Amino acid sequence: MCKLEVENLSVSFSHYDRGLRQQMVEVIHGLSLSIKAGQIVAVVGSSGSGKSLLAHAIMGILPGNAVMAGRICYGGETLNAQRQATLRGKEMALVPQSVNYLDPLMRVGQQVRIPGADQVQAAQQRNLFERYGLEPGVEQLYPFQLSGGMARRVLLSTATLSGASLIIADEPTPGLHHEAARETLLHFRELADEGRSILLITHDIESALTVADKVAVFYAGTTVEIAAAEDFAGHGERLRHPYSRALWNALPQNQFQPIPGAQPLPGQLPDGCVFAPRCPAASAECSEIKPDMRKLRGGMVRCIHAS
Amino acid sequence: MRLEAKKLGYRYANDAWLFRKFDLSLQQGETVGLVGPSGRGKTTLARILAGYDTPLEGTVMLDGQPLPKRGYHPVQLVFQHPEEAVNPRWRIGRILNEGGQPDPFLLQELGIDQGWLERWPGELSGGELQRFCVARALGPQTRFLIADEMTTMLDAVSQAQVWHSVLAIAKQRNLGLLVISHEPSLIRRLCDRVIEWESLVH
Repeated sequence: MCKLEVENLSVSFSHYDRGLRQQMVEVIHGLSLSIKAGQIVAVVGSSGSGKSLLAHAIMGILPGNAVMAGRICYGGETLNAQRQATLRGKEMALVPQSVNYLDPLMRVGQQVRIPGADQVQAAQQRNLFERYGLEPGVEQLYPFQLSGGMARRVLLSTATLSGASLIIADEPTPGLHHEAARETLLHFRELADEGRSILLITHDIESALTVADKVAVFYAGTTVEIAAAEDFAGHGERLRHPYSRALWNALPQNQFQPIPGAQPLPGQLPDGCVFAPRCPAASAECSEIKPDMRKLRGGMVRCIHAS
Repeated sequence: MRLEAKKLGYRYANDAWLFRKFDLSLQQGETVGLVGPSGRGKTTLARILAGYDTPLEGTVMLDGQPLPKRGYHPVQLVFQHPEEAVNPRWRIGRILNEGGQPDPFLLQELGIDQGWLERWPGELSGGELQRFCVARALGPQTRFLIADEMTTMLDAVSQAQVWHSVLAIAKQRNLGLLVISHEPSLIRRLCDRVIEWESLVH
Protein backbone atom coordinates (compact mmCIF):
# COMPACT_ATOMS: atom_id res chain seq x y z
CA MET A 1 0.00 0.00 0.00
CA CYS A 2 1.13 3.48 -0.69
CA LYS A 3 2.00 5.78 2.19
CA LEU A 4 1.38 8.84 0.11
CA GLU A 5 -0.56 9.18 -3.11
CA VAL A 6 -0.93 12.35 -5.10
CA GLU A 7 -3.48 12.15 -7.88
CA ASN A 8 -4.02 14.70 -10.60
CA LEU A 9 -3.00 17.56 -8.33
CA SER A 10 -3.25 21.11 -9.53
CA VAL A 11 -2.33 24.29 -7.67
CA SER A 12 -3.34 27.75 -8.88
CA PHE A 13 -2.68 31.17 -7.47
CA SER A 14 -4.97 34.13 -7.75
CA HIS A 15 -3.20 37.43 -8.21
CA TYR A 16 -4.08 40.96 -9.14
CA ASP A 17 -3.54 41.58 -12.80
CA ARG A 18 -4.44 45.22 -13.32
CA GLY A 19 -6.31 47.32 -10.79
CA LEU A 20 -8.81 45.15 -8.97
CA ARG A 21 -9.05 42.51 -11.67
CA GLN A 22 -7.94 39.12 -10.40
CA GLN A 23 -6.44 36.36 -12.44
CA MET A 24 -5.81 32.69 -11.72
CA VAL A 25 -2.49 31.22 -12.74
CA GLU A 26 -2.12 27.47 -12.69
CA VAL A 27 1.36 26.55 -11.49
CA ILE A 28 0.99 22.79 -10.99
CA HIS A 29 -1.27 20.74 -13.22
CA GLY A 30 -2.07 17.05 -13.62
CA LEU A 31 0.58 15.93 -11.17
CA SER A 32 0.55 12.34 -9.90
CA LEU A 33 3.05 10.65 -7.62
CA SER A 34 3.10 7.86 -5.05
CA ILE A 35 5.47 6.66 -2.34
CA LYS A 36 5.38 3.35 -0.50
CA ALA A 37 6.62 2.82 3.04
CA GLY A 38 10.38 2.34 3.06
CA GLN A 39 10.85 4.11 -0.27
CA ILE A 40 12.86 7.13 -1.22
CA VAL A 41 11.41 8.97 -4.20
CA ALA A 42 13.65 11.64 -5.65
CA VAL A 43 11.97 14.57 -7.33
CA VAL A 44 14.24 16.21 -9.89
CA GLY A 45 13.57 18.68 -12.65
CA SER A 46 13.90 22.22 -13.76
CA SER A 47 14.05 25.15 -11.34
CA GLY A 48 10.62 26.70 -11.02
CA SER A 49 8.80 23.56 -12.12
CA GLY A 50 6.76 23.43 -8.91
CA LYS A 51 8.81 20.98 -6.87
CA SER A 52 8.69 23.01 -3.66
CA LEU A 53 5.01 23.79 -4.19
CA LEU A 54 4.28 20.07 -4.21
CA ALA A 55 5.99 19.80 -0.81
CA HIS A 56 3.99 22.71 0.53
CA ALA A 57 0.73 21.30 -0.88
CA ILE A 58 1.30 17.97 0.88
CA MET A 59 2.10 19.70 4.18
CA GLY A 60 -0.87 22.05 3.77
CA ILE A 61 1.19 25.21 4.08
CA LEU A 62 0.39 26.89 0.78
CA PRO A 63 -0.27 30.63 1.03
CA GLY A 64 -3.84 31.92 1.30
CA ASN A 65 -4.25 32.82 -2.36
CA ALA A 66 -3.55 29.26 -3.52
CA VAL A 67 -6.33 26.97 -4.74
CA MET A 68 -5.73 23.25 -4.83
CA ALA A 69 -7.58 20.59 -6.82
CA GLY A 70 -7.04 16.84 -7.14
CA ARG A 71 -6.47 14.35 -4.38
CA ILE A 72 -3.73 13.71 -1.83
CA CYS A 73 -4.00 10.51 0.22
CA TYR A 74 -1.93 9.69 3.25
CA GLY A 75 -2.06 6.13 4.62
CA GLY A 76 -5.07 5.36 2.42
CA GLU A 77 -7.18 8.26 3.62
CA THR A 78 -7.75 11.62 1.98
CA LEU A 79 -5.57 14.32 3.39
CA ASN A 80 -7.67 17.40 4.09
CA ALA A 81 -6.68 20.61 5.79
CA GLN A 82 -7.74 19.36 9.21
CA ARG A 83 -5.83 16.11 8.94
CA GLN A 84 -2.80 17.95 7.61
CA ALA A 85 -2.80 20.16 10.67
CA THR A 86 -2.91 17.12 13.00
CA LEU A 87 -0.22 15.15 11.18
CA ARG A 88 2.15 17.99 10.43
CA GLY A 89 5.29 17.86 12.54
CA LYS A 90 4.30 14.47 13.99
CA GLU A 91 3.60 12.07 11.12
CA MET A 92 4.86 14.29 8.30
CA ALA A 93 7.87 16.54 8.54
CA LEU A 94 9.38 19.03 6.13
CA VAL A 95 13.02 19.91 5.72
CA PRO A 96 12.57 23.40 4.28
CA GLN A 97 14.76 24.90 1.63
CA SER A 98 15.96 27.99 3.39
CA VAL A 99 17.36 29.09 6.73
CA ASN A 100 14.55 31.66 6.91
CA TYR A 101 12.31 28.89 8.23
CA LEU A 102 14.18 28.89 11.56
CA ASP A 103 13.04 31.09 14.43
CA PRO A 104 15.60 33.90 14.46
CA LEU A 105 15.20 34.56 18.19
CA MET A 106 15.62 31.02 19.45
CA ARG A 107 18.84 29.09 19.98
CA VAL A 108 19.05 26.32 17.40
CA GLY A 109 19.48 23.41 19.82
CA GLN A 110 16.26 24.39 21.51
CA GLN A 111 14.23 24.66 18.34
CA VAL A 112 15.40 21.33 16.98
CA ARG A 113 13.94 19.63 20.08
CA ILE A 114 10.19 19.50 20.38
CA PRO A 115 8.83 21.97 22.95
CA GLY A 116 8.82 20.52 26.45
CA ALA A 117 11.36 17.90 25.47
CA ASP A 118 12.97 15.71 28.09
CA GLN A 119 16.59 14.80 28.67
CA VAL A 120 16.36 11.78 26.35
CA GLN A 121 15.46 14.00 23.45
CA ALA A 122 18.16 16.46 24.29
CA ALA A 123 20.63 13.57 24.15
CA GLN A 124 19.23 12.43 20.79
CA GLN A 125 19.59 15.93 19.46
CA ARG A 126 23.25 16.04 20.55
CA ASN A 127 23.91 12.68 18.91
CA LEU A 128 22.32 13.89 15.72
CA PHE A 129 24.34 17.11 15.70
CA GLU A 130 27.49 15.09 16.23
CA ARG A 131 26.55 12.76 13.41
CA TYR A 132 26.01 15.69 11.05
CA GLY A 133 29.38 17.11 12.09
CA LEU A 134 28.03 20.06 14.07
CA GLU A 135 30.22 20.96 17.01
CA PRO A 136 28.69 20.86 20.52
CA GLY A 137 28.72 24.66 20.79
CA VAL A 138 26.41 25.00 17.79
CA GLU A 139 23.24 24.25 19.78
CA GLN A 140 23.80 27.46 21.71
CA LEU A 141 23.95 29.60 18.56
CA TYR A 142 21.22 31.69 16.97
CA PRO A 143 20.31 31.10 13.29
CA PHE A 144 22.08 34.24 12.04
CA GLN A 145 25.37 32.90 13.41
CA LEU A 146 25.22 29.78 11.24
CA SER A 147 26.82 29.35 7.85
CA GLY A 148 24.65 28.07 4.99
CA GLY A 149 25.86 24.51 5.41
CA MET A 150 25.39 24.50 9.18
CA ALA A 151 21.86 25.88 8.87
CA ARG A 152 21.06 23.15 6.38
CA ARG A 153 22.13 20.48 8.88
CA VAL A 154 20.13 22.09 11.68
CA LEU A 155 17.02 22.02 9.48
CA LEU A 156 17.67 18.36 8.73
CA SER A 157 17.98 17.50 12.42
CA THR A 158 14.59 19.09 13.08
CA ALA A 159 12.85 16.75 10.65
CA THR A 160 14.76 13.58 11.46
CA LEU A 161 14.39 14.01 15.23
CA SER A 162 10.62 14.44 14.96
CA GLY A 163 10.18 10.70 14.29
CA ALA A 164 7.86 11.44 11.38
CA SER A 165 7.09 8.56 9.04
CA LEU A 166 6.97 10.78 5.96
CA ILE A 167 9.84 13.19 5.50
CA ILE A 168 9.75 15.71 2.70
CA ALA A 169 13.20 17.15 2.16
CA ASP A 170 13.29 20.21 -0.07
CA GLU A 171 16.83 20.61 -1.41
CA PRO A 172 18.58 19.28 1.71
CA THR A 173 22.11 19.23 0.30
CA PRO A 174 23.17 22.41 -1.55
CA GLY A 175 25.85 24.32 0.32
CA LEU A 176 27.01 21.15 2.04
CA HIS A 177 30.42 19.82 1.18
CA HIS A 178 30.65 16.39 -0.35
CA GLU A 179 31.01 14.21 2.75
CA ALA A 180 28.29 16.04 4.67
CA ALA A 181 25.92 15.69 1.71
CA ARG A 182 26.70 11.98 1.43
CA GLU A 183 26.19 11.48 5.16
CA THR A 184 22.80 13.20 4.94
CA LEU A 185 21.62 10.99 2.11
CA LEU A 186 22.88 7.83 3.80
CA HIS A 187 20.95 8.83 6.87
CA PHE A 188 17.83 9.17 4.73
CA ARG A 189 18.46 5.66 3.40
CA GLU A 190 18.68 4.34 6.98
CA LEU A 191 15.45 6.09 7.90
CA ALA A 192 13.76 4.60 4.84
CA ASP A 193 15.05 1.14 5.70
CA GLU A 194 13.31 1.55 9.08
CA GLY A 195 10.07 1.86 7.11
CA ARG A 196 9.74 5.60 6.71
CA SER A 197 9.02 7.25 3.37
CA ILE A 198 11.09 10.05 2.01
CA LEU A 199 10.33 12.50 -0.74
CA LEU A 200 13.67 13.96 -1.74
CA ILE A 201 13.44 17.13 -3.79
CA THR A 202 16.84 17.85 -5.29
CA HIS A 203 18.98 19.18 -8.11
CA ASP A 204 21.79 16.84 -7.32
CA ILE A 205 20.67 13.90 -9.45
CA GLU A 206 23.94 12.05 -9.14
CA SER A 207 23.87 11.83 -5.33
CA ALA A 208 20.13 11.27 -5.20
CA LEU A 209 20.53 8.21 -7.43
CA THR A 210 22.82 6.56 -4.88
CA VAL A 211 19.94 6.27 -2.39
CA ALA A 212 16.65 6.70 -4.26
CA ASP A 213 14.34 3.90 -5.39
CA LYS A 214 12.31 5.92 -7.86
CA VAL A 215 12.85 9.22 -9.60
CA ALA A 216 10.09 11.62 -10.66
CA VAL A 217 11.08 14.18 -13.28
CA PHE A 218 9.25 17.52 -13.21
CA TYR A 219 8.94 20.08 -15.95
CA ALA A 220 6.74 23.18 -16.12
CA GLY A 221 4.47 22.16 -13.25
CA THR A 222 3.90 18.52 -14.02
CA THR A 223 5.54 15.09 -13.90
CA VAL A 224 6.93 14.12 -17.29
CA GLU A 225 8.43 10.82 -16.21
CA ILE A 226 8.65 8.39 -13.31
CA ALA A 227 11.59 6.05 -13.65
CA ALA A 228 13.57 3.56 -11.61
CA ALA A 229 16.87 4.98 -10.35
CA GLU A 230 18.76 2.43 -12.52
CA ASP A 231 17.33 3.98 -15.70
CA PHE A 232 19.61 6.97 -15.25
CA ALA A 233 22.74 5.49 -16.83
CA GLY A 234 24.96 5.87 -19.88
CA HIS A 235 23.60 8.49 -22.28
CA GLY A 236 20.09 8.08 -20.86
CA GLU A 237 19.01 5.48 -23.44
CA ARG A 238 16.66 3.85 -20.95
CA LEU A 239 14.93 7.10 -20.03
CA ARG A 240 11.50 7.59 -21.51
CA HIS A 241 11.05 11.35 -21.85
CA PRO A 242 13.26 13.67 -23.95
CA TYR A 243 13.42 16.19 -21.07
CA SER A 244 14.74 13.54 -18.67
CA ARG A 245 17.44 12.72 -21.20
CA ALA A 246 18.30 16.41 -21.67
CA LEU A 247 18.56 16.83 -17.90
CA TRP A 248 20.78 13.78 -17.53
CA ASN A 249 23.06 14.76 -20.42
CA ALA A 250 23.42 18.33 -19.08
CA LEU A 251 25.15 17.12 -15.91
CA PRO A 252 28.81 18.16 -15.71
CA GLN A 253 29.88 14.53 -15.22
CA ASN A 254 28.01 13.53 -18.40
CA GLN A 255 28.13 15.70 -21.54
CA PHE A 256 27.46 19.09 -19.88
CA GLN A 257 25.34 19.72 -22.95
CA PRO A 258 22.59 22.36 -22.56
CA ILE A 259 19.47 22.51 -24.71
CA PRO A 260 18.33 25.87 -26.08
CA GLY A 261 15.33 27.81 -24.83
CA ALA A 262 13.66 28.18 -21.47
CA GLN A 263 10.86 26.56 -19.53
CA PRO A 264 7.49 28.23 -20.31
CA LEU A 265 6.17 30.52 -17.58
CA PRO A 266 3.07 29.43 -15.66
CA GLY A 267 0.02 30.92 -17.33
CA GLN A 268 1.76 30.85 -20.71
CA LEU A 269 1.96 27.11 -21.25
CA PRO A 270 1.79 25.81 -24.81
CA ASP A 271 -1.46 24.14 -25.93
CA GLY A 272 0.10 20.75 -26.46
CA CYS A 273 2.97 19.05 -24.68
CA VAL A 274 4.74 21.46 -22.28
CA PHE A 275 8.14 20.40 -23.59
CA ALA A 276 7.27 20.54 -27.31
CA PRO A 277 8.82 24.00 -28.00
CA ARG A 278 12.27 22.75 -26.87
CA CYS A 279 11.96 19.11 -27.90
CA PRO A 280 14.25 17.85 -30.69
CA ALA A 281 11.76 15.10 -31.57
CA ALA A 282 8.58 17.18 -31.52
CA SER A 283 6.09 16.62 -34.34
CA ALA A 284 3.07 18.68 -35.37
CA GLU A 285 0.87 16.49 -33.17
CA CYS A 286 2.91 17.39 -30.06
CA SER A 287 1.92 21.03 -30.17
CA GLU A 288 -1.78 20.13 -30.42
CA ILE A 289 -2.57 17.42 -27.88
CA LYS A 290 -1.68 17.43 -24.18
CA PRO A 291 -0.24 13.96 -23.61
CA ASP A 292 -1.47 11.92 -20.64
CA MET A 293 0.74 10.04 -18.24
CA ARG A 294 0.98 6.42 -19.40
CA LYS A 295 2.74 3.27 -18.26
CA LEU A 296 5.87 2.29 -20.13
CA ARG A 297 8.61 -0.23 -19.33
CA GLY A 298 7.93 -0.30 -15.58
CA GLY A 299 7.74 3.48 -15.32
CA MET A 300 5.45 6.28 -16.40
CA VAL A 301 5.87 8.85 -19.15
CA ARG A 302 4.00 11.84 -20.54
CA CYS A 303 5.03 11.74 -24.19
CA ILE A 304 3.23 10.40 -27.25
CA HIS A 305 6.46 9.35 -28.97
CA ALA A 306 8.14 7.47 -26.14
CA SER A 307 8.57 3.75 -26.73
CA MET B 1 46.03 41.62 -15.36
CA ARG B 2 46.37 39.94 -12.02
CA LEU B 3 44.16 39.85 -8.93
CA GLU B 4 46.11 39.22 -5.78
CA ALA B 5 45.11 38.77 -2.17
CA LYS B 6 48.00 39.33 0.19
CA LYS B 7 48.03 38.19 3.80
CA LEU B 8 44.29 38.63 4.19
CA GLY B 9 42.77 38.17 7.61
CA TYR B 10 39.13 38.39 8.64
CA ARG B 11 36.90 37.56 11.56
CA TYR B 12 33.42 38.51 12.67
CA ALA B 13 33.34 40.58 15.89
CA ASN B 14 35.42 38.73 18.46
CA ASP B 15 34.99 35.25 17.02
CA ALA B 16 38.00 33.16 16.08
CA TRP B 17 39.80 34.25 12.90
CA LEU B 18 38.20 32.76 9.81
CA PHE B 19 41.50 33.05 8.00
CA ARG B 20 44.80 34.86 8.43
CA LYS B 21 47.82 35.35 6.16
CA PHE B 22 45.64 34.23 3.26
CA ASP B 23 47.33 34.52 -0.15
CA LEU B 24 45.65 33.98 -3.48
CA SER B 25 46.52 35.00 -7.00
CA LEU B 26 44.36 34.90 -10.08
CA GLN B 27 45.44 35.69 -13.66
CA GLN B 28 43.25 37.19 -16.31
CA GLY B 29 42.00 34.49 -18.65
CA GLU B 30 42.20 31.61 -16.22
CA THR B 31 39.41 29.71 -14.50
CA VAL B 32 40.25 28.66 -10.97
CA GLY B 33 38.18 26.49 -8.65
CA LEU B 34 38.03 27.02 -4.90
CA VAL B 35 36.77 24.09 -2.85
CA GLY B 36 36.47 23.47 0.85
CA PRO B 37 34.09 22.69 3.72
CA SER B 38 31.18 24.98 4.50
CA GLY B 39 31.32 27.65 7.16
CA ARG B 40 35.03 28.39 6.86
CA GLY B 41 34.86 31.74 5.10
CA LYS B 42 34.77 31.10 1.36
CA THR B 43 31.88 33.49 0.87
CA THR B 44 33.55 36.06 3.12
CA LEU B 45 36.65 35.87 0.94
CA ALA B 46 34.50 36.36 -2.17
CA ARG B 47 32.91 39.44 -0.60
CA ILE B 48 36.32 40.89 0.24
CA LEU B 49 37.68 40.32 -3.27
CA ALA B 50 34.64 41.99 -4.78
CA GLY B 51 34.91 44.94 -2.42
CA TYR B 52 31.77 44.34 -0.33
CA ASP B 53 33.83 43.91 2.85
CA THR B 54 37.16 45.38 3.90
CA PRO B 55 39.74 42.91 5.19
CA LEU B 56 40.91 43.43 8.77
CA GLU B 57 44.44 42.47 7.76
CA GLY B 58 46.21 42.44 4.41
CA THR B 59 45.26 43.88 1.03
CA VAL B 60 43.68 43.00 -2.27
CA MET B 61 45.66 44.27 -5.27
CA LEU B 62 44.72 44.51 -8.91
CA ASP B 63 47.90 44.68 -11.02
CA GLY B 64 49.80 45.90 -7.98
CA GLN B 65 47.31 48.70 -7.31
CA PRO B 66 44.77 48.67 -4.48
CA LEU B 67 41.16 48.06 -5.58
CA PRO B 68 39.32 51.23 -6.63
CA LYS B 69 37.06 52.67 -3.91
CA ARG B 70 34.59 54.32 -6.29
CA GLY B 71 33.23 53.80 -9.77
CA TYR B 72 32.70 50.45 -11.45
CA HIS B 73 34.32 47.61 -9.52
CA PRO B 74 36.45 45.46 -11.82
CA VAL B 75 35.87 42.39 -9.64
CA GLN B 76 32.24 41.32 -9.74
CA LEU B 77 30.52 38.73 -7.60
CA VAL B 78 27.53 36.57 -8.46
CA PHE B 79 25.80 35.25 -5.37
CA GLN B 80 24.27 31.87 -4.69
CA HIS B 81 20.71 33.12 -4.20
CA PRO B 82 19.57 35.39 -7.04
CA GLU B 83 16.30 36.16 -5.19
CA GLU B 84 18.30 37.89 -2.47
CA ALA B 85 20.55 39.77 -4.86
CA VAL B 86 17.86 41.74 -6.66
CA ASN B 87 15.47 44.44 -5.53
CA PRO B 88 12.03 42.80 -5.42
CA ARG B 89 10.36 46.16 -6.11
CA TRP B 90 12.21 46.84 -9.34
CA ARG B 91 11.26 45.45 -12.70
CA ILE B 92 13.83 43.13 -14.25
CA GLY B 93 14.79 45.68 -16.90
CA ARG B 94 15.80 48.20 -14.25
CA ILE B 95 17.74 45.60 -12.28
CA LEU B 96 19.61 44.62 -15.41
CA ASN B 97 20.63 48.20 -16.17
CA GLU B 98 21.76 48.91 -12.63
CA GLY B 99 25.45 48.74 -13.55
CA GLY B 100 25.09 50.16 -17.06
CA GLN B 101 23.38 48.96 -20.22
CA PRO B 102 24.55 45.43 -21.04
CA ASP B 103 25.59 44.42 -24.51
CA PRO B 104 22.62 42.91 -26.47
CA PHE B 105 24.89 40.11 -27.67
CA LEU B 106 25.48 39.16 -24.04
CA LEU B 107 21.74 38.95 -23.37
CA GLN B 108 21.28 36.73 -26.37
CA GLU B 109 24.20 34.55 -25.33
CA LEU B 110 22.67 34.07 -21.86
CA GLY B 111 19.31 33.10 -23.37
CA ILE B 112 17.50 36.11 -21.91
CA ASP B 113 14.05 36.59 -23.35
CA GLN B 114 13.14 40.25 -24.04
CA GLY B 115 9.68 39.56 -22.65
CA TRP B 116 11.18 39.01 -19.20
CA LEU B 117 12.43 42.58 -18.90
CA GLU B 118 8.95 43.87 -18.08
CA ARG B 119 8.43 41.33 -15.30
CA TRP B 120 8.98 41.46 -11.56
CA PRO B 121 11.65 39.30 -9.90
CA GLY B 122 9.01 37.24 -8.07
CA GLU B 123 7.56 36.09 -11.39
CA LEU B 124 10.74 34.41 -12.59
CA SER B 125 12.35 31.19 -11.42
CA GLY B 126 15.79 31.10 -9.81
CA GLY B 127 17.38 29.91 -13.05
CA GLU B 128 15.96 32.81 -15.02
CA LEU B 129 16.85 35.37 -12.36
CA GLN B 130 20.39 34.12 -12.05
CA ARG B 131 20.95 34.88 -15.75
CA PHE B 132 20.13 38.51 -15.05
CA CYS B 133 22.53 38.57 -12.12
CA VAL B 134 25.23 37.17 -14.40
CA ALA B 135 24.43 39.69 -17.15
CA ARG B 136 24.49 42.54 -14.62
CA ALA B 137 27.89 41.42 -13.31
CA LEU B 138 29.40 41.17 -16.79
CA GLY B 139 29.60 44.87 -17.60
CA PRO B 140 32.25 46.04 -20.08
CA GLN B 141 34.66 47.00 -17.29
CA THR B 142 34.51 43.67 -15.45
CA ARG B 143 37.90 41.95 -15.36
CA PHE B 144 37.29 39.19 -12.84
CA LEU B 145 34.11 37.31 -12.04
CA ILE B 146 33.62 35.42 -8.80
CA ALA B 147 30.95 32.74 -8.95
CA ASP B 148 30.05 31.82 -5.39
CA GLU B 149 27.93 28.68 -5.80
CA MET B 150 26.47 30.47 -8.78
CA THR B 151 24.52 27.56 -10.20
CA THR B 152 23.91 25.47 -7.07
CA MET B 153 20.23 26.29 -7.02
CA LEU B 154 19.72 25.66 -10.74
CA ASP B 155 18.73 22.51 -12.55
CA ALA B 156 21.33 20.79 -14.71
CA VAL B 157 20.04 22.18 -18.01
CA SER B 158 20.03 25.79 -16.76
CA GLN B 159 23.40 25.23 -15.10
CA ALA B 160 24.94 24.04 -18.37
CA GLN B 161 23.32 26.95 -20.26
CA VAL B 162 24.62 29.59 -17.85
CA TRP B 163 28.14 28.16 -17.70
CA HIS B 164 28.45 27.71 -21.45
CA SER B 165 27.60 31.40 -21.90
CA VAL B 166 29.87 32.57 -19.09
CA LEU B 167 32.82 30.54 -20.38
CA ALA B 168 32.29 31.85 -23.91
CA ILE B 169 32.19 35.47 -22.69
CA ALA B 170 35.17 34.96 -20.37
CA LYS B 171 37.19 33.60 -23.27
CA GLN B 172 36.15 36.36 -25.62
CA ARG B 173 36.96 39.14 -23.13
CA ASN B 174 39.85 37.36 -21.43
CA LEU B 175 38.25 37.48 -17.97
CA GLY B 176 39.50 35.68 -14.88
CA LEU B 177 37.00 33.41 -13.14
CA LEU B 178 37.01 32.16 -9.57
CA VAL B 179 34.55 29.31 -9.15
CA ILE B 180 33.50 28.46 -5.61
CA SER B 181 31.59 25.21 -5.59
CA HIS B 182 30.99 22.00 -3.68
CA GLU B 183 30.43 19.99 -6.78
CA PRO B 184 33.60 18.16 -7.80
CA SER B 185 32.34 17.21 -11.25
CA LEU B 186 31.46 20.82 -12.09
CA ILE B 187 34.86 22.04 -10.91
CA ARG B 188 36.61 19.36 -12.97
CA ARG B 189 34.59 20.37 -16.00
CA LEU B 190 35.25 24.10 -15.73
CA CYS B 191 38.58 24.86 -14.12
CA ASP B 192 42.19 25.08 -15.24
CA ARG B 193 43.38 24.63 -11.68
CA VAL B 194 41.82 23.98 -8.29
CA ILE B 195 42.70 25.45 -4.93
CA GLU B 196 41.89 23.60 -1.71
CA TRP B 197 40.73 26.07 0.92
CA GLU B 198 42.48 24.09 3.67
CA SER B 199 45.85 24.39 1.94
CA LEU B 200 45.66 28.20 2.04
CA VAL B 201 44.40 28.81 5.56
CA HIS B 202 46.85 29.18 8.39
